[in-house]
Amino acid sequence: MTPLSQLLPGQFGKLASLNPERGVDQRLMALGLLPGMVLKLIRKAPLGDPLAIEFAGQVVSLRLAEAENLIVDVSADCPIQRPRQP
Amino acid sequence: MSAPDTGLLVALVGNPNTGKSTLFNALTGLRQRVGNYPGVTVARKSGTCDLGEGQKVELVDLPGLYSLSAASPDEQVVTDALAGNIAGDRRPDAVLLVVDATNLLRNLFLASQVAELGLPVVLVLNQADVAKEQGLRIDTDLLSRRLGGVPVVLTSAWKGEGVAEIRRALARALAEKTQLARVAWPAEIARALGDVAAAASAGTDRAVSAADAQRLLFDATPSTAERLGWSAAARDKVLRSARDRVRNAGYNPMAAEPLVHYAHLRALLDGVVAEGLGKAGRTAAVDRLLLHRVLGPVLFVGIMLGFFASVFWLAKFPMGWIQSGVDALKLFVAPPLEPYPMLQSLLADGIVGGVGAFLTFLPQILILFLFLGVLEDSGYMARAAFIMDRLFSWCGLNGKSFVPMLSGFACAIPSLLSTRTIEDPKARLATAFVVPFMSCSARFPVYALMCGAFIGPLYGAGWESVVMVAMHCVGLLFAVPTAFVLTRLVLKVKPQPFVLELPRYQLPKPRDVLWRMWQNAAEFVSKAGTVIFAITIVVWALSYFPRDAAVAERVRAASPTLSADALRARIQAAYVEQSYMGRFGKAVQPAFDPLGFDWKITVGVLASFPAREVIVSTLGVTYSVGEGAEADSQALRKAMQDARWPEGPRAGSPIFSLAAVLALMVFFALCSQCGPTVATLAQETGGWRWAALSFGYMTLLAWAVAALVYQVVSRLA
Ligand SMILES: Nc1nc2c(ncn2[C@@H]2O[C@H](COP(=O)(O)OP(=O)(O)OP(=O)(O)O)[C@@H](O)[C@H]2O)c(=O)[nH]1
Ligand SMILES: [Mg+2]
Repeated sequence: MTPLSQLLPGQFGKLASLNPERGVDQRLMALGLLPGMVLKLIRKAPLGDPLAIEFAGQVVSLRLAEAENLIVDVSADCPIQRPRQP
Repeated sequence: MSAPDTGLLVALVGNPNTGKSTLFNALTGLRQRVGNYPGVTVARKSGTCDLGEGQKVELVDLPGLYSLSAASPDEQVVTDALAGNIAGDRRPDAVLLVVDATNLLRNLFLASQVAELGLPVVLVLNQADVAKEQGLRIDTDLLSRRLGGVPVVLTSAWKGEGVAEIRRALARALAEKTQLARVAWPAEIARALGDVAAAASAGTDRAVSAADAQRLLFDATPSTAERLGWSAAARDKVLRSARDRVRNAGYNPMAAEPLVHYAHLRALLDGVVAEGLGKAGRTAAVDRLLLHRVLGPVLFVGIMLGFFASVFWLAKFPMGWIQSGVDALKLFVAPPLEPYPMLQSLLADGIVGGVGAFLTFLPQILILFLFLGVLEDSGYMARAAFIMDRLFSWCGLNGKSFVPMLSGFACAIPSLLSTRTIEDPKARLATAFVVPFMSCSARFPVYALMCGAFIGPLYGAGWESVVMVAMHCVGLLFAVPTAFVLTRLVLKVKPQPFVLELPRYQLPKPRDVLWRMWQNAAEFVSKAGTVIFAITIVVWALSYFPRDAAVAERVRAASPTLSADALRARIQAAYVEQSYMGRFGKAVQPAFDPLGFDWKITVGVLASFPAREVIVSTLGVTYSVGEGAEADSQALRKAMQDARWPEGPRAGSPIFSLAAVLALMVFFALCSQCGPTVATLAQETGGWRWAALSFGYMTLLAWAVAALVYQVVSRLA
């Protein structure tokens, strides 16, 4: 279990938990980022923050501080369910 | 022959950037702005759509949104429109739900929420061309059946494919009232929703729909309760116990809605989309380059420099042509009017000279909007926001503030409207407050005139460019600390989240880009024909009258030995000086004396408060009144170069010294001289308080900085 903020660019993970009370997480849930969803950290912005993550066929930006509270399971065998590249 | 209007209202609803406005344009023949950035449309706009078979409906284009639980004002527009909560607007009779065919799952979440509104729906799967390219095959019949029989239409709105089917489907939906199937809520959640609906409507005549009950139960924000007028005291206990009920069923109340909907949608979409062989998009590859750690920022700076450089240098040639056209026109209208000096002066100096000076800047406007259009429609704008977010975070803002600020270099008014995509009201206010500092295209003529007449001839083309670029940075230089103080100390903005979808890249569509250029050019020209025209004539009249023949006599008597030409110029000067404008300018000039402005510049500055570009035509008038046929564009430059202080401590030295020229440009860079901007600011910030503050702050700042520049430079030089 690792915070999303600690994933390496290119690494996949499966969302284990988030904090539904937070406004950002509510936005992400509306976009389909729910526990069990496979996601990929595509890259960090040139200045190190924000991140670009891919899930459910879309690429979305997210700040490091917000990614800290998204807990990801990197041991899960995700690459098979690779999200499609948009 | 026109079909009868059915009086029905249809709303376009869907995720951002799915093609709603493109479809709106195809269905109504109107021209809404379109672009590849989530959040191009920020207000509602309606048009008439012909359904065929003698039926017409009113179609409303709305901003995009991901969820009906609205966070930002542009999203609020949609929820208000769907609730019939916008003044003078009814609840829509049907919804045209536009969905990106390449990402049904995410897009249909909103559809599940819309289903609860109980309105007739047509589901449009747009961007079918892209889906096909990606090798996706969508079984629309199966999807339609699973969704309860609503018409499902596959379209490529951009090419106009499928638009005729939409008209037919819409007619059918309105006739048959086809509704989206609703999700089956788990029993405990259904009961909680029932409790909320009952309690919210208990003892009142307010109607609480199923959709309202869901918003009340699932949203952390109270906007729905406020719209319904359900007081905090009354609702707190009800909502708490209803949410407890949801929790007991094993759901977090804040997550229940997406969890239930997405589980339902996953099952619903099973077997609907077949993934065949397709081309992987190039977006990921392009991003590897444009968002590269090192190359990304380098390219970003390069693109921005290219953007401004081409606005300056590419425009030079067409500007020269317009200039020659204006001069030729002057030579054409002036001679036949020789017998009527007043009419000649009005036409040649006032109208052709003043308005013509302004129109010269049309090429710049076109190139500016060409670049903005290409940046936006290619998909780069969202990446620029992504790269810049870190810098904006220091001011408590986020990357979404980048788009209003960049487009502020074109015009502040659309930029102020585009701040509506920013969720946090304080961050939005801070962004709106600094947008007018961006060096908009109306400031350009001022810089171009000053640099062209003084910096270039005196110091060479190199320095001219440097000063041009520097002037565009002056506003930014003061905007950043202003934003910092405002967000950190005054408004105390909390750190902003930054969730922005990065759309796929596409080749900019020439039609959309050209249309945007054309619309802005038309606006610019019509402004020349209205506001600028009117102010120019007023300024001309004020500097032409009174025209007492005695003035000329007096000058002639005082200097009988002068040549005809010199005498003529002397008389001219005498007239302007004793005109209404001359007297007024001289009375006010002391206030601008520390900035090194003479009374003519002072008049120009004052006349420019409604619209800053006026300074160019005003100087054109005051420096060439009565010159008639001889005056061409070079004459204005020359008249300004030759202008000397007639008296006072600076007597004999040039009025347009380096110090005064720089001070004048800095003043225009910082001053709030645009009526429409102040009005829009008031409208967007909900009152005159912030607009007045902005006006006062910018004007005082402009005066103080310009005075500082003048005093320092004139001492050094
Ligand atoms: N390939 C393709 N692109 C399309 C199609 N329809 C629209 N687009 C493009 O998608 C982008 C978004 O289109 P808009 O019409 O501005 O989308 P919108 O839904 O109004 O977006 P917002 O106002 O931001 O919510 C533009 O660049 C369009 O050119 C289509 O059928 N195929
Ligand atoms: Mg739109």
